[in-house]
Amino acid sequence: MNLSRFFDIPSDLQHSYAGLIGLHLREALIPVLAGLLLALPLAQLCVRFKWVYPPLFGITTVLYAIPSLAFFVVLIDYTGLSETTVMIPLAVYSLVVLVPAIVDGVRSVPQETLAAATALGLGPVRRYLQVQLPIAVPAIIAGLRVATVSSVSLVSVGMLIGNQGALGNLLNDAQIYHRPELAVNSVVTTALLAVVLDAVLVGVRMLLTPWMPKESTAR
Amino acid sequence: MNVLDYISHFFGDGALWHGYDGIPTRLGEHVVYSLEALVLAAVIGLPVGLVTGHFGRGGNTLALIATGGRALPTFGLLVLVVTWFGFGTGPAMVPLVVLAVPPILVTTYEAVRSVDPSPVDAARGMGIHESRILFRVELPVALPLILSGLRSAAIQIVSTATIAAYTGLGGLGRYIIDGLSQKNYEKVVGGATLVAGMALVTLLFFWAVSRFTVSPGVRRSE
Repeated sequence: MNLSRFFDIPSDLQHSYAGLIGLHLREALIPVLAGLLLALPLAQLCVRFKWVYPPLFGITTVLYAIPSLAFFVVLIDYTGLSETTVMIPLAVYSLVVLVPAIVDGVRSVPQETLAAATALGLGPVRRYLQVQLPIAVPAIIAGLRVATVSSVSLVSVGMLIGNQGALGNLLNDAQIYHRPELAVNSVVTTALLAVVLDAVLVGVRMLLTPWMPKESTAR
Repeated sequence: MNVLDYISHFFGDGALWHGYDGIPTRLGEHVVYSLEALVLAAVIGLPVGLVTGHFGRGGNTLALIATGGRALPTFGLLVLVVTWFGFGTGPAMVPLVVLAVPPILVTTYEAVRSVDPSPVDAARGMGIHESRILFRVELPVALPLILSGLRSAAIQIVSTATIAAYTGLGGLGRYIIDGLSQKNYEKVVGGATLVAGMALVTLLFFWAVSRFTVSPGVRRSE
Protein backbone atom coordinates (compact mmCIF):
# COMPACT_ATOMS: atom_id res chain seq x y z
CA MET A 1 0.00 0.00 0.00
CA ASN A 2 1.40 3.32 -1.08
CA LEU A 3 0.25 5.97 1.37
CA SER A 4 1.90 8.82 -0.53
CA ARG A 5 -0.80 8.33 -3.18
CA PHE A 6 -3.57 8.46 -0.57
CA PHE A 7 -5.10 11.61 -2.04
CA ASP A 8 -4.16 10.84 -5.65
CA ILE A 9 -7.70 10.39 -7.02
CA PRO A 10 -7.84 8.56 -10.38
CA SER A 11 -9.08 10.81 -13.16
CA ASP A 12 -11.88 8.46 -14.24
CA LEU A 13 -13.91 9.65 -11.25
CA GLN A 14 -13.95 13.17 -12.79
CA HIS A 15 -13.75 14.79 -9.37
CA SER A 16 -11.07 16.00 -7.01
CA TYR A 17 -10.97 14.75 -3.41
CA ALA A 18 -12.88 17.84 -2.25
CA GLY A 19 -15.26 17.42 -5.17
CA LEU A 20 -16.07 13.86 -4.09
CA ILE A 21 -16.71 15.05 -0.53
CA GLY A 22 -19.06 17.74 -1.83
CA LEU A 23 -20.87 15.23 -4.02
CA HIS A 24 -21.15 12.79 -1.11
CA LEU A 25 -22.57 15.48 1.18
CA ARG A 26 -25.12 16.46 -1.46
CA GLU A 27 -26.24 12.89 -2.14
CA ALA A 28 -26.53 12.20 1.61
CA LEU A 29 -28.07 15.43 2.90
CA ILE A 30 -30.68 16.32 0.26
CA PRO A 31 -32.57 13.06 1.04
CA VAL A 32 -32.46 13.73 4.78
CA LEU A 33 -33.82 17.24 4.19
CA ALA A 34 -36.54 15.92 1.88
CA GLY A 35 -37.37 13.25 4.46
CA LEU A 36 -37.67 15.89 7.18
CA LEU A 37 -39.93 18.13 5.06
CA LEU A 38 -42.25 15.18 4.36
CA ALA A 39 -42.07 13.80 7.90
CA LEU A 40 -43.23 17.00 9.65
CA PRO A 41 -46.75 17.11 8.11
CA LEU A 42 -47.07 13.30 8.23
CA ALA A 43 -46.16 13.26 11.92
CA GLN A 44 -48.64 16.07 12.60
CA LEU A 45 -51.32 14.00 10.86
CA CYS A 46 -50.46 11.05 13.14
CA VAL A 47 -50.68 13.24 16.23
CA ARG A 48 -54.04 14.75 15.23
CA PHE A 49 -55.63 11.47 14.09
CA LYS A 50 -54.38 8.68 16.32
CA TRP A 51 -55.68 5.89 14.05
CA VAL A 52 -53.30 6.95 11.24
CA TYR A 53 -50.20 6.00 13.22
CA PRO A 54 -50.35 2.16 13.54
CA PRO A 55 -50.88 1.43 9.80
CA LEU A 56 -48.34 4.10 8.80
CA PHE A 57 -45.87 2.61 11.28
CA GLY A 58 -46.41 -0.83 9.73
CA ILE A 59 -45.84 0.44 6.19
CA THR A 60 -42.70 2.34 7.13
CA THR A 61 -41.24 -0.66 9.05
CA VAL A 62 -41.68 -2.77 5.90
CA LEU A 63 -40.16 -0.05 3.67
CA TYR A 64 -37.18 0.27 6.01
CA ALA A 65 -36.56 -3.47 5.80
CA ILE A 66 -36.09 -3.34 2.00
CA PRO A 67 -32.34 -3.50 1.33
CA SER A 68 -30.88 -0.37 -0.29
CA LEU A 69 -29.43 -2.24 -3.27
CA ALA A 70 -32.80 -3.85 -4.07
CA PHE A 71 -34.44 -0.42 -3.79
CA PHE A 72 -31.84 1.18 -6.08
CA VAL A 73 -32.08 -1.39 -8.85
CA VAL A 74 -35.87 -1.35 -9.03
CA LEU A 75 -35.72 2.44 -9.48
CA ILE A 76 -33.18 2.20 -12.34
CA ASP A 77 -36.05 1.49 -14.72
CA TYR A 78 -37.63 4.84 -13.87
CA THR A 79 -34.81 7.22 -12.99
CA GLY A 80 -31.83 5.52 -14.71
CA LEU A 81 -28.29 5.22 -13.39
CA SER A 82 -28.43 8.64 -11.77
CA GLU A 83 -28.00 10.40 -8.44
CA THR A 84 -31.78 10.55 -8.14
CA THR A 85 -31.91 6.75 -8.02
CA VAL A 86 -29.61 6.82 -5.00
CA MET A 87 -31.36 9.71 -3.29
CA ILE A 88 -34.98 8.46 -3.44
CA PRO A 89 -34.41 5.37 -1.23
CA LEU A 90 -32.28 7.42 1.18
CA ALA A 91 -35.14 9.94 1.48
CA VAL A 92 -37.57 7.09 2.21
CA TYR A 93 -35.26 5.66 4.91
CA SER A 94 -34.91 9.13 6.48
CA LEU A 95 -38.68 9.57 6.45
CA VAL A 96 -39.11 6.21 8.17
CA VAL A 97 -36.69 7.15 10.96
CA LEU A 98 -38.03 10.70 11.38
CA VAL A 99 -41.81 10.14 11.55
CA PRO A 100 -41.77 8.09 14.80
CA ALA A 101 -39.13 10.42 16.29
CA ILE A 102 -41.27 13.51 15.62
CA VAL A 103 -44.51 11.82 16.73
CA ASP A 104 -42.89 10.74 20.02
CA GLY A 105 -41.41 14.20 20.49
CA VAL A 106 -44.63 16.09 19.85
CA ARG A 107 -46.66 13.65 21.97
CA SER A 108 -44.24 14.05 24.86
CA VAL A 109 -45.32 17.69 25.31
CA PRO A 110 -47.20 17.76 28.65
CA GLN A 111 -50.93 18.46 28.53
CA GLU A 112 -50.56 21.32 31.05
CA THR A 113 -48.07 23.07 28.77
CA LEU A 114 -50.51 22.91 25.88
CA ALA A 115 -53.34 24.13 28.09
CA ALA A 116 -51.17 27.02 29.28
CA ALA A 117 -50.36 27.96 25.67
CA THR A 118 -54.05 27.90 24.76
CA ALA A 119 -54.88 29.99 27.82
CA LEU A 120 -52.31 32.56 26.70
CA GLY A 121 -54.34 32.92 23.49
CA LEU A 122 -52.12 30.96 21.08
CA GLY A 123 -53.93 29.53 18.06
CA PRO A 124 -53.24 25.97 16.87
CA VAL A 125 -50.59 27.07 14.33
CA ARG A 126 -48.63 29.30 16.70
CA ARG A 127 -48.99 26.72 19.45
CA TYR A 128 -47.46 24.09 17.14
CA LEU A 129 -44.62 26.32 15.93
CA GLN A 130 -43.77 28.07 19.20
CA VAL A 131 -44.52 25.42 21.82
CA GLN A 132 -44.79 21.85 20.49
CA LEU A 133 -42.01 21.93 17.90
CA PRO A 134 -39.36 23.52 20.17
CA ILE A 135 -40.11 21.02 22.94
CA ALA A 136 -39.87 18.17 20.42
CA VAL A 137 -36.44 19.37 19.19
CA PRO A 138 -34.35 16.83 21.17
CA ALA A 139 -36.38 13.91 19.80
CA ILE A 140 -36.30 15.31 16.26
CA ILE A 141 -32.53 15.84 16.39
CA ALA A 142 -32.05 12.32 17.74
CA GLY A 143 -33.91 11.03 14.68
CA LEU A 144 -31.97 13.33 12.36
CA ARG A 145 -28.68 12.00 13.74
CA VAL A 146 -29.59 8.39 12.95
CA ALA A 147 -30.96 9.35 9.51
CA THR A 148 -27.93 11.48 8.60
CA VAL A 149 -25.28 8.99 9.70
CA SER A 150 -26.91 6.06 7.91
CA SER A 151 -27.52 8.18 4.81
CA VAL A 152 -23.83 9.12 4.63
CA SER A 153 -22.89 5.46 4.96
CA LEU A 154 -25.40 4.24 2.35
CA VAL A 155 -24.43 6.70 -0.41
CA SER A 156 -21.34 4.53 -1.00
CA VAL A 157 -23.54 1.63 -2.12
CA GLY A 158 -24.55 3.83 -5.08
CA MET A 159 -21.18 2.85 -6.58
CA LEU A 160 -22.77 -0.44 -7.63
CA ILE A 161 -25.28 1.28 -9.92
CA GLY A 162 -23.08 3.01 -12.46
CA ASN A 163 -20.60 4.75 -10.14
CA GLN A 164 -23.13 6.97 -8.38
CA GLY A 165 -21.59 6.48 -4.95
CA ALA A 166 -19.44 9.65 -4.58
CA LEU A 167 -16.71 8.60 -2.12
CA GLY A 168 -17.88 5.00 -2.60
CA ASN A 169 -16.58 5.13 -6.18
CA LEU A 170 -13.07 5.07 -4.70
CA LEU A 171 -13.80 1.49 -3.61
CA ASN A 172 -14.26 0.42 -7.21
CA ASP A 173 -11.06 2.16 -8.31
CA ALA A 174 -9.21 0.56 -5.39
CA GLN A 175 -10.08 -2.81 -6.90
CA ILE A 176 -9.51 -2.15 -10.59
CA TYR A 177 -6.21 -0.26 -10.09
CA HIS A 178 -5.05 -2.48 -7.15
CA ARG A 179 -4.67 0.55 -4.90
CA PRO A 180 -6.02 -0.45 -1.45
CA GLU A 181 -5.11 3.00 -0.09
CA LEU A 182 -8.08 4.36 -2.06
CA ALA A 183 -10.42 2.01 -0.16
CA VAL A 184 -8.89 3.17 3.13
CA ASN A 185 -9.37 6.76 2.01
CA SER A 186 -13.04 6.07 1.17
CA VAL A 187 -13.80 4.39 4.51
CA VAL A 188 -11.94 6.91 6.65
CA THR A 189 -13.34 9.96 4.87
CA THR A 190 -16.91 8.65 4.94
CA ALA A 191 -16.67 7.76 8.63
CA LEU A 192 -15.20 11.20 9.42
CA LEU A 193 -18.01 12.93 7.48
CA ALA A 194 -20.56 10.96 9.50
CA VAL A 195 -18.89 11.80 12.82
CA VAL A 196 -18.58 15.51 11.95
CA LEU A 197 -22.21 15.78 10.81
CA ASP A 198 -23.30 13.97 13.98
CA ALA A 199 -21.34 16.45 16.11
CA VAL A 200 -22.85 19.38 14.17
CA LEU A 201 -26.36 18.08 14.92
CA VAL A 202 -25.52 17.74 18.62
CA GLY A 203 -24.31 21.36 18.49
CA VAL A 204 -27.53 22.49 16.80
CA ARG A 205 -29.54 20.76 19.48
CA MET A 206 -27.60 22.51 22.24
CA LEU A 207 -28.19 25.88 20.54
CA LEU A 208 -31.92 25.21 20.09
CA THR A 209 -32.51 23.84 23.59
CA PRO A 210 -30.73 26.14 26.04
CA TRP A 211 -33.30 25.03 28.64
CA MET A 212 -32.04 21.45 28.74
CA PRO A 213 -29.74 20.35 31.58
CA LYS A 214 -26.16 19.99 30.35
CA GLU A 215 -25.51 16.34 31.18
CA SER A 216 -24.08 13.63 28.96
CA THR A 217 -25.01 14.29 25.35
CA ALA A 218 -23.64 11.08 23.91
CA ARG A 219 -26.19 8.63 22.66
CA MET B 1 -41.77 -3.88 -19.99
CA ASN B 2 -42.40 -2.83 -16.45
CA VAL B 3 -41.03 -4.22 -13.21
CA LEU B 4 -43.85 -6.75 -12.83
CA ASP B 5 -43.07 -8.25 -16.26
CA TYR B 6 -39.42 -8.61 -15.30
CA ILE B 7 -40.42 -10.38 -12.11
CA SER B 8 -42.74 -12.84 -13.84
CA HIS B 9 -40.12 -13.59 -16.53
CA PHE B 10 -37.46 -14.16 -13.88
CA PHE B 11 -39.51 -16.55 -11.78
CA GLY B 12 -40.96 -18.25 -14.89
CA ASP B 13 -37.47 -19.34 -15.99
CA GLY B 14 -37.31 -23.02 -15.11
CA ALA B 15 -33.49 -23.15 -15.27
CA LEU B 16 -33.32 -20.86 -12.25
CA TRP B 17 -34.87 -23.36 -9.90
CA HIS B 18 -31.92 -25.76 -9.66
CA GLY B 19 -28.13 -25.85 -9.95
CA TYR B 20 -25.40 -23.84 -8.25
CA ASP B 21 -26.85 -20.53 -9.43
CA GLY B 22 -30.42 -21.64 -8.74
CA ILE B 23 -32.78 -19.84 -6.40
CA PRO B 24 -32.77 -22.58 -3.68
CA THR B 25 -28.94 -22.58 -3.53
CA ARG B 26 -28.63 -18.79 -3.43
CA LEU B 27 -31.41 -18.46 -0.89
CA GLY B 28 -29.76 -21.11 1.29
CA GLU B 29 -26.39 -19.32 1.10
CA HIS B 30 -28.01 -16.02 2.05
CA VAL B 31 -29.79 -17.55 5.04
CA VAL B 32 -26.59 -19.28 6.25
CA TYR B 33 -24.44 -16.12 6.00
CA SER B 34 -27.09 -14.05 7.76
CA LEU B 35 -27.58 -16.56 10.57
CA GLU B 36 -23.82 -16.96 11.12
CA ALA B 37 -23.37 -13.21 11.34
CA LEU B 38 -26.39 -12.74 13.62
CA VAL B 39 -25.31 -15.52 15.99
CA LEU B 40 -21.74 -14.16 16.17
CA ALA B 41 -23.02 -10.63 16.83
CA ALA B 42 -25.49 -11.86 19.47
CA VAL B 43 -22.77 -13.88 21.23
CA ILE B 44 -20.74 -10.66 21.52
CA GLY B 45 -23.52 -8.13 22.07
CA LEU B 46 -26.05 -9.85 24.33
CA PRO B 47 -23.84 -10.81 27.33
CA VAL B 48 -22.10 -7.42 27.39
CA GLY B 49 -25.43 -5.58 27.07
CA LEU B 50 -27.11 -7.67 29.78
CA VAL B 51 -24.29 -7.24 32.29
CA THR B 52 -23.71 -3.50 31.69
CA GLY B 53 -27.47 -2.92 31.75
CA HIS B 54 -27.85 -4.84 35.02
CA PHE B 55 -25.19 -2.78 36.77
CA GLY B 56 -26.20 0.39 34.91
CA ARG B 57 -22.63 1.28 34.08
CA GLY B 58 -20.71 1.98 30.90
CA GLY B 59 -23.59 3.69 29.11
CA ASN B 60 -21.39 6.44 27.69
CA THR B 61 -18.80 3.98 26.40
CA LEU B 62 -21.53 1.93 24.75
CA ALA B 63 -23.03 5.07 23.17
CA LEU B 64 -19.61 5.93 21.77
CA ILE B 65 -19.19 2.42 20.34
CA ALA B 66 -22.67 2.65 18.80
CA THR B 67 -21.98 6.01 17.14
CA GLY B 68 -18.66 4.72 15.85
CA GLY B 69 -20.22 1.53 14.55
CA ARG B 70 -22.97 3.44 12.77
CA ALA B 71 -20.52 5.93 11.26
CA LEU B 72 -18.34 3.23 9.69
CA PRO B 73 -19.58 2.72 6.11
CA THR B 74 -20.34 -1.01 5.97
CA PHE B 75 -19.92 -1.33 2.23
CA GLY B 76 -16.55 0.40 2.34
CA LEU B 77 -15.45 -1.77 5.24
CA LEU B 78 -16.46 -4.86 3.28
CA VAL B 79 -14.37 -3.92 0.25
CA LEU B 80 -11.46 -2.93 2.49
CA VAL B 81 -11.48 -6.18 4.48
CA VAL B 82 -11.62 -8.21 1.28
CA THR B 83 -8.75 -6.29 -0.34
CA TRP B 84 -6.66 -6.86 2.78
CA PHE B 85 -7.50 -10.43 3.73
CA GLY B 86 -8.65 -11.86 0.42
CA PHE B 87 -11.97 -13.19 -0.77
CA GLY B 88 -14.03 -15.63 1.24
CA THR B 89 -16.76 -16.01 3.83
CA GLY B 90 -14.45 -15.32 6.79
CA PRO B 91 -13.43 -11.78 5.80
CA ALA B 92 -16.97 -10.97 4.65
CA MET B 93 -18.27 -11.85 8.13
CA VAL B 94 -16.23 -9.05 9.73
CA PRO B 95 -18.25 -6.07 8.44
CA LEU B 96 -21.55 -7.93 8.96
CA VAL B 97 -20.70 -8.53 12.62
CA VAL B 98 -19.32 -4.99 13.10
CA LEU B 99 -22.62 -3.73 11.68
CA ALA B 100 -24.84 -5.89 13.89
CA VAL B 101 -23.14 -5.64 17.28
CA PRO B 102 -23.95 -1.95 18.07
CA PRO B 103 -27.77 -2.19 17.74
CA ILE B 104 -27.84 -5.42 19.80
CA LEU B 105 -25.49 -4.04 22.44
CA VAL B 106 -27.18 -0.67 22.85
CA THR B 107 -30.81 -1.84 22.87
CA THR B 108 -29.99 -4.68 25.29
CA TYR B 109 -28.28 -2.23 27.63
CA GLU B 110 -31.17 0.26 27.39
CA ALA B 111 -33.77 -2.50 27.80
CA VAL B 112 -32.27 -3.96 30.98
CA ARG B 113 -31.45 -0.56 32.46
CA SER B 114 -34.96 0.82 31.96
CA VAL B 115 -36.68 -2.10 33.76
CA ASP B 116 -38.87 -0.77 36.58
CA PRO B 117 -36.59 -0.84 39.66
CA SER B 118 -39.25 -1.81 42.21
CA PRO B 119 -39.66 -5.50 41.24
CA VAL B 120 -35.87 -5.74 41.02
CA ASP B 121 -35.55 -4.31 44.53
CA ALA B 122 -38.28 -6.65 45.78
CA ALA B 123 -36.42 -9.64 44.33
CA ARG B 124 -33.19 -8.43 45.91
CA GLY B 125 -34.95 -7.98 49.25
CA MET B 126 -36.14 -11.57 49.08
CA GLY B 127 -32.50 -12.62 48.87
CA ILE B 128 -32.55 -13.76 45.26
CA HIS B 129 -29.09 -14.04 43.75
CA GLU B 130 -28.03 -11.27 41.32
CA SER B 131 -27.70 -13.62 38.35
CA ARG B 132 -31.21 -14.98 38.97
CA ILE B 133 -32.53 -11.40 39.23
CA LEU B 134 -31.04 -10.69 35.82
CA PHE B 135 -32.47 -13.80 34.15
CA ARG B 136 -35.77 -14.27 36.00
CA VAL B 137 -36.86 -10.65 36.63
CA GLU B 138 -35.08 -8.23 34.31
CA LEU B 139 -34.76 -10.37 31.17
CA PRO B 140 -38.49 -11.22 30.77
CA VAL B 141 -39.49 -7.57 31.16
CA ALA B 142 -36.72 -6.34 28.85
CA LEU B 143 -37.33 -9.02 26.22
CA PRO B 144 -39.54 -7.04 23.77
CA LEU B 145 -36.94 -4.29 23.45
CA ILE B 146 -34.03 -6.78 23.25
CA LEU B 147 -35.86 -8.58 20.43
CA SER B 148 -36.37 -5.30 18.57
CA GLY B 149 -32.60 -4.73 18.74
CA LEU B 150 -31.95 -8.22 17.37
CA ARG B 151 -34.53 -7.58 14.67
CA SER B 152 -32.96 -4.40 13.38
CA ALA B 153 -29.55 -6.11 13.45
CA ALA B 154 -30.94 -9.04 11.45
CA ILE B 155 -32.57 -6.75 8.87
CA GLN B 156 -29.32 -4.86 8.39
CA ILE B 157 -27.37 -8.10 8.03
CA VAL B 158 -29.78 -9.45 5.37
CA SER B 159 -29.52 -6.19 3.48
CA THR B 160 -25.72 -6.00 3.69
CA ALA B 161 -25.18 -9.66 2.83
CA THR B 162 -26.74 -8.67 -0.52
CA ILE B 163 -24.00 -6.12 -1.15
CA ALA B 164 -21.40 -8.71 -0.12
CA ALA B 165 -21.95 -10.41 -3.49
CA TYR B 166 -19.80 -7.62 -4.93
CA THR B 167 -16.81 -9.19 -3.19
CA GLY B 168 -17.46 -12.62 -4.71
CA LEU B 169 -19.68 -14.00 -1.99
CA GLY B 170 -22.73 -16.07 -2.98
CA GLY B 171 -26.23 -15.36 -1.77
CA LEU B 172 -29.11 -13.51 -3.37
CA GLY B 173 -26.99 -10.46 -4.10
CA ARG B 174 -25.31 -12.50 -6.87
CA TYR B 175 -28.37 -12.03 -9.10
CA ILE B 176 -28.27 -8.25 -8.67
CA ILE B 177 -24.51 -7.84 -9.11
CA ASP B 178 -24.22 -10.34 -12.00
CA GLY B 179 -27.38 -9.04 -13.63
CA LEU B 180 -26.06 -5.48 -13.54
CA SER B 181 -22.78 -6.43 -15.22
CA GLN B 182 -24.55 -8.65 -17.78
CA LYS B 183 -27.17 -5.92 -18.39
CA ASN B 184 -29.75 -8.61 -17.61
CA TYR B 185 -32.44 -6.52 -16.02
CA GLU B 186 -34.78 -9.44 -15.40
CA LYS B 187 -32.17 -11.04 -13.18
CA VAL B 188 -31.53 -7.76 -11.32
CA VAL B 189 -35.19 -7.13 -10.53
CA GLY B 190 -35.80 -10.81 -9.72
CA GLY B 191 -32.89 -10.77 -7.27
CA ALA B 192 -34.13 -7.53 -5.71
CA THR B 193 -37.58 -9.07 -5.23
CA LEU B 194 -36.11 -12.12 -3.52
CA VAL B 195 -33.98 -9.96 -1.21
CA ALA B 196 -36.93 -7.75 -0.27
CA GLY B 197 -39.00 -10.89 0.32
CA MET B 198 -36.34 -12.30 2.60
CA ALA B 199 -36.20 -9.04 4.58
CA LEU B 200 -39.96 -9.21 5.07
CA VAL B 201 -39.76 -12.86 6.17
CA THR B 202 -37.14 -11.78 8.73
CA LEU B 203 -39.58 -9.15 10.06
CA LEU B 204 -42.35 -11.76 10.31
CA PHE B 205 -40.00 -14.23 12.00
CA PHE B 206 -39.16 -11.77 14.78
CA TRP B 207 -42.80 -10.82 15.15
CA ALA B 208 -43.63 -14.53 15.62
CA VAL B 209 -40.76 -15.04 18.08
CA SER B 210 -41.97 -12.15 20.22
CA ARG B 211 -45.54 -13.56 20.17
CA PHE B 212 -44.25 -16.84 21.58
CA THR B 213 -41.55 -15.72 23.99
CA VAL B 214 -42.79 -12.49 25.52
CA SER B 215 -44.85 -13.17 28.63
CA PRO B 216 -48.53 -12.21 28.20
CA GLY B 217 -48.34 -9.93 31.25
CA VAL B 218 -45.49 -7.93 29.73
CA ARG B 219 -47.21 -7.76 26.35
CA ARG B 220 -50.43 -6.42 27.85
CA SER B 221 -48.62 -3.58 29.61
CA GLU B 222 -47.01 -2.40 26.36
